[in-house]
Amino acid sequence: MSLPLSGSQTVGPYFSIGLAPLCSEEVVSVAQGEAVIVEGNLLDGEGVAIPDGFLEIWQANGDGRYIMNKPASSAAEAVGFGRIRTRPDGSFRFATIKPGAVPYDAERMQAPHLVVLVYMRGLLRHLVTRLYFPDELANLTDPILQLVPAGRRSTLIAHSGSKPGTFHWDIVMREQKSNAKPETVFFAW
Amino acid sequence: MLETETRSPQIRPEDPPGSQPDYCYPPYASSVLRAPSQPLVVLPHTLSERTGPVFGHGLLQPNDNDLTAQHAGQPLGERMLVHGRVLDEDGRPVRSALVEVWQANAAGRYLHKVDQHDAPLDPNFSGAGRVITDDQGYYQFRTIKPGAYPWGNHYNAWRPQHIHFSLFGAGILSRLVTQMYFPGDPLHALDPIFNSITDPRARERLIARFDIEKTEPAFALAYEFNIVLRGTNDTPFEEGKR
Repeated sequence: MSLPLSGSQTVGPYFSIGLAPLCSEEVVSVAQGEAVIVEGNLLDGEGVAIPDGFLEIWQANGDGRYIMNKPASSAAEAVGFGRIRTRPDGSFRFATIKPGAVPYDAERMQAPHLVVLVYMRGLLRHLVTRLYFPDELANLTDPILQLVPAGRRSTLIAHSGSKPGTFHWDIVMREQKSNAKPETVFFAW
Repeated sequence: MLETETRSPQIRPEDPPGSQPDYCYPPYASSVLRAPSQPLVVLPHTLSERTGPVFGHGLLQPNDNDLTAQHAGQPLGERMLVHGRVLDEDGRPVRSALVEVWQANAAGRYLHKVDQHDAPLDPNFSGAGRVITDDQGYYQFRTIKPGAYPWGNHYNAWRPQHIHFSLFGAGILSRLVTQMYFPGDPLHALDPIFNSITDPRARERLIARFDIEKTEPAFALAYEFNIVLRGTNDTPFEEGKR
């Protein structure tokens, strides 16, 4: 039996009414790992920052494990998950730990990455992308990055920030005519 | 260890044309600058995609499933029960799925600072609810019927009555955000968000069914709204596994 998926509709401008309880400024972790801060801007096709959007992050812990064995009773217990709103200026910032490498199949590993879902007014169906970390040798062999046209892979790799442990990553929804910022790679699932 | 951990990643089949909205749908003006122009890269479902957060009943506050009982008095509007099942594409119930809902009040006004519609707020209605599906994937909550309201998309634009739904399924790629509409609403044909789904059968699936069987006599009407989420192609996760 195969049932058709329900159609997606935009979160609209008022999503915080229903979605605020799970919003936070961090991705919850339980394992040891390198503390990191990710910050950036959510930008539209004219380079304008988007204040009415949010991200959902899903990631492995520092040891590369996804933790699903304890149902969360609050946002603070949702290990590996974070729902991060953009601020009035269209920027976002969250704290997390750098995830470990995760299996791809029986032979290959995936480089450390965050799964990032993007939602906003005007977006009729949420988008899925990934954040990878710079200076990772494993990025060169990551099976998912290999699926991305070589010239576009850099949009999935954060830049090291000015302070240790900080990373900068802009999400560009659409190619900008007047601006050099390339469109972020998004995935179909 | 999770038995599927080293299973080869699978590619999901494409959705039938028109069953999901295009990202760029010019009749919905806000979509144009927020839609990707490049083709999406097809993502195999790896462990990262097949896993996702799990939420428990401890998350829920009293009356999260009764939007008519969150304040001292009763909200104005037509009381109703909204209920249904959450299934995956294989027809299996999605159990312990977190469902978050939000909506306008009976006058068509949201409790949100951005909403400037000149209709009254209701001191007895916040418009937010949460439920978790049971072992059969079943959910229900009580609320009032939201009003239609004007918006700025084009001259004399009105949103049909609707309730926003956000759902978590077995894996992070089961996530769905959608809107539930009501049968017989004359605004359906005029609404660009609803019509961004171009297949009429797919649109029909976003319209709840009036359900006389589940009405609470002399108290509340009932509507049934069933939802299908992307599956994980996996044995469902069990507590204790990771």
